[in-house]
Amino acid sequence: MVSRSTWIARSPMPGRGVAAGITLSMLSAVVLLPIGALIWQGVQFGPLGIWDVINRDRVWAALWLSFRLAFLAAGFNLVFGTLLAWVLVRYRFAGRRLVDAAIDLPFALPTAVAGIALTTLYAPNGFLGGLASQIGWKIAYTQWGIFLALVFVGLPFVTRTVQPVVEEIDTEVEEASATLGASRLYTMRHVILPMLTPAALTGFALSMARAVGEYGSVIFIAGNIPLKTEIAPLLIVIQLEEYNYNAAGAIGLAMLGISFVMLLAINLVQIWSRRKIGHV
Amino acid sequence: MSDISHPTRFRRASDDSPVARLILIGIALGGLGLLVAMPLLVVLSQALAEGWGAALTSLASHDARSAIRLTLLITAIAVPLNAVFGIAAAWFITKFDFRGKAFLITLIDLPFSISPVVAGLCIVLLFGANSTLGGLLVAGGYPVVFAVPGIILATVFVTFPFVARELIPVMVEQGRAEEEAALTLGASGWRVFTTVTLPNIRWALLYGTLLCTARAMGEFGAVAVVSGKIRGQTATMPITIEMLYNEYLSVAAFSMAGLLTCLALITLTLKTGLELRHADALAATRRH
Amino acid sequence: MTIRPVFLTLALFAIAPQAHAQDLLNVSYDPTREFYRDINQAFAKTWQDQGHDAPKIETSHGGSGAQARSVIEGLGAQVVTLALASDIDKIAQAGKLPTDWQTRLPHNSSPYTSTIVFLVREGNPKGITDWGDLVKDGVEIITPNPKTSGGARWNYLAAWAWAQENGRDPKEFVHDLFTHVPVLDTGARGATTTFAQRGIGDVLLAWENEAWLAQQELGEDQFDIVAPSISILAEPPVAKVDANIKNDAQGELADAYLDYLYTPEAQAMAFAHYYRAWDDSQADPQDVARFPKMNLVSIDDLGGWAKLQPEHFGDGGIFDQIYAGP
Repeated sequence: MVSRSTWIARSPMPGRGVAAGITLSMLSAVVLLPIGALIWQGVQFGPLGIWDVINRDRVWAALWLSFRLAFLAAGFNLVFGTLLAWVLVRYRFAGRRLVDAAIDLPFALPTAVAGIALTTLYAPNGFLGGLASQIGWKIAYTQWGIFLALVFVGLPFVTRTVQPVVEEIDTEVEEASATLGASRLYTMRHVILPMLTPAALTGFALSMARAVGEYGSVIFIAGNIPLKTEIAPLLIVIQLEEYNYNAAGAIGLAMLGISFVMLLAINLVQIWSRRKIGHV
Repeated sequence: MSDISHPTRFRRASDDSPVARLILIGIALGGLGLLVAMPLLVVLSQALAEGWGAALTSLASHDARSAIRLTLLITAIAVPLNAVFGIAAAWFITKFDFRGKAFLITLIDLPFSISPVVAGLCIVLLFGANSTLGGLLVAGGYPVVFAVPGIILATVFVTFPFVARELIPVMVEQGRAEEEAALTLGASGWRVFTTVTLPNIRWALLYGTLLCTARAMGEFGAVAVVSGKIRGQTATMPITIEMLYNEYLSVAAFSMAGLLTCLALITLTLKTGLELRHADALAATRRH
Repeated sequence: MTIRPVFLTLALFAIAPQAHAQDLLNVSYDPTREFYRDINQAFAKTWQDQGHDAPKIETSHGGSGAQARSVIEGLGAQVVTLALASDIDKIAQAGKLPTDWQTRLPHNSSPYTSTIVFLVREGNPKGITDWGDLVKDGVEIITPNPKTSGGARWNYLAAWAWAQENGRDPKEFVHDLFTHVPVLDTGARGATTTFAQRGIGDVLLAWENEAWLAQQELGEDQFDIVAPSISILAEPPVAKVDANIKNDAQGELADAYLDYLYTPEAQAMAFAHYYRAWDDSQADPQDVARFPKMNLVSIDDLGGWAKLQPEHFGDGGIFDQIYAGP
């Protein structure tokens, strides 16, 4: 489709100039220019300086913690969110509408409030934290607490991306599969899940991306002990407190770089899986 | 979702076994209860710890009212901007083929993956009094950072992908055939958009806009960096909640948090209500 | 979309710079919220009694370092009242006020002082009476992070001072101390909440005024205050930010505001808010008497902020080495 000479392939669709103009100019003004300022700061600081800041045990530990827990939380949301989408679309039960609306709450609750509320609940003297501590399970002020907060902030993404796709599925496909002798489980695994995969992956990526950078809710519940429960965004704040813009920018750039590569990879996987199952 | 009713003892091939249903619904409700409902209950019970009177009095104070006004103003500016961007971006991405599409989508998603703290830092680096651009603006009497424009910018930044992200999958599913048909019949570009595309995407658009609204009202991290946290001037609702909480005024803090949650719930209920009323139309647009 | 112009107009109103001469922004740190709320009211009244128009005084609170950074970045504070002299030094280095600012007002520009005490659970179950008891087995300490909290730097330096006086290796002692910390909050208020409301830890290292306030706000029958044998004389300084003064009238207001902090009336309020102020002539004797006599080491005895700040809390400093990893 795409020829070498034209960047944008010929299309009969109208509004190319307007759409491209608004998209690119707003993207530049709102996103690229501020990020450009950050990158410029990094350029002035120099790659060696950046590497010096990042290449410390404590920074690696924080980056590893942030990305690992964000991945796990997004993984949890991938499974739980897909399940929620399925339940909400396919089943009818009392309070379904209420549940449907409740899923978006993590978007709306200010992160600091969410952090305070979760800590109140899951601290050793909180209602649920108290129950957990009876079986020796500490949640708040451990990595479990961070995991919990990250699951919370990323919860709506997978459900909201998968839900419309479940609605689109034609039940005839499932019936056909059953007629051909497939068990319900087999149909689920080989017919339904592949259809949901691209959307679920989008949700996973968004959920993970959101979790990696989350600060407001996590600091209340994390414990913030270096090398154990200190997240990367907190390190940035610490550097800012020391008026060290270079170091703050360096850690910010490291997170930005890793996130960008990850998002790009997931978008590519998604395009690939869409092609594979015949959409687009 | 066919209209034909079946005797209950026969299960349709697209239905799950009752046991599986129960288990799945149980997991869904249990998980949501632990993750969402319980924290919400904490907020509400703290807000009403001293009764409705105390909660309402705290919301009627001068500082609380100005925080509510500021948050509504910021939302009213940020959301339309992002809606326009979302429509333009989704149109551009789904109706045209061009190189670097994945890259462009990634750029649009980028604000999601940027820590709100870093987002705030970026804006300070660009518009702070120490930067070239910021210095000029401050000298001209239009400070951005620690003033309302900075908060708006931070809010637009963190909610940037919301509308676009909702529209793109729907418009991909819809394909281009309907628009192409309308064009062949001689409709103008704008007419195609308003009569063919917009009806198809209105639910996704509404949904994205509502999400954007909810998130814009609740944004804390990025706004905290660029707001001077001055009562009555640059303290948004989330910032005020934090300030009140730090002053041991937990009733006032959680009342405002409760109000913010209610505002969000209203927008979300609105969406659900519209869906209910227009369920038939919605189903029709979603079927190919 | 027809309503958008209305929003834009509204935005312009919100954006337009305020042009009142009689306004004043005091950028302060976390635990002074209650104190300055009272001061602002009392000062406004005094100022009006002197025949001026009613001033519009705003305060902003946050971590001391973050607040200083905001002022450096352009937050238009006419007055700063922060936790550490080194934070105001940073603002001075940015050219917003003369570097000898600390000599402009009495008592090193600190109208009130405080110190670091221990808040323990009712009845002091772990028997904590002095710094040495903190590093006993099984004791959990709550303190904010010295990297993000001004108050926590005083905690750390008080521990350092005690170790020096008692023939311990101070570096080893603070290292031991921080291995007993299960939660490292970013600010003083966060640490107090973790200790008092979440029930974590056996002892909270806190500002004296914060400890009293926590007891008052969160239950007197739940906590005891323990005064260690040695602590630090914390001098939170105040200063006028010359570069942000728009005109003479505003400069006059800022000077009057800072001078007011030294009047017997304001000093009495400082005592009432659990600060150790200088002039107790108008203070309630009860407010003064509740402070135990303590052996307080001043920051200059330890070498002064200019030396201590980079050595202990700078990038790669002694505090960072505690958590440098294996």
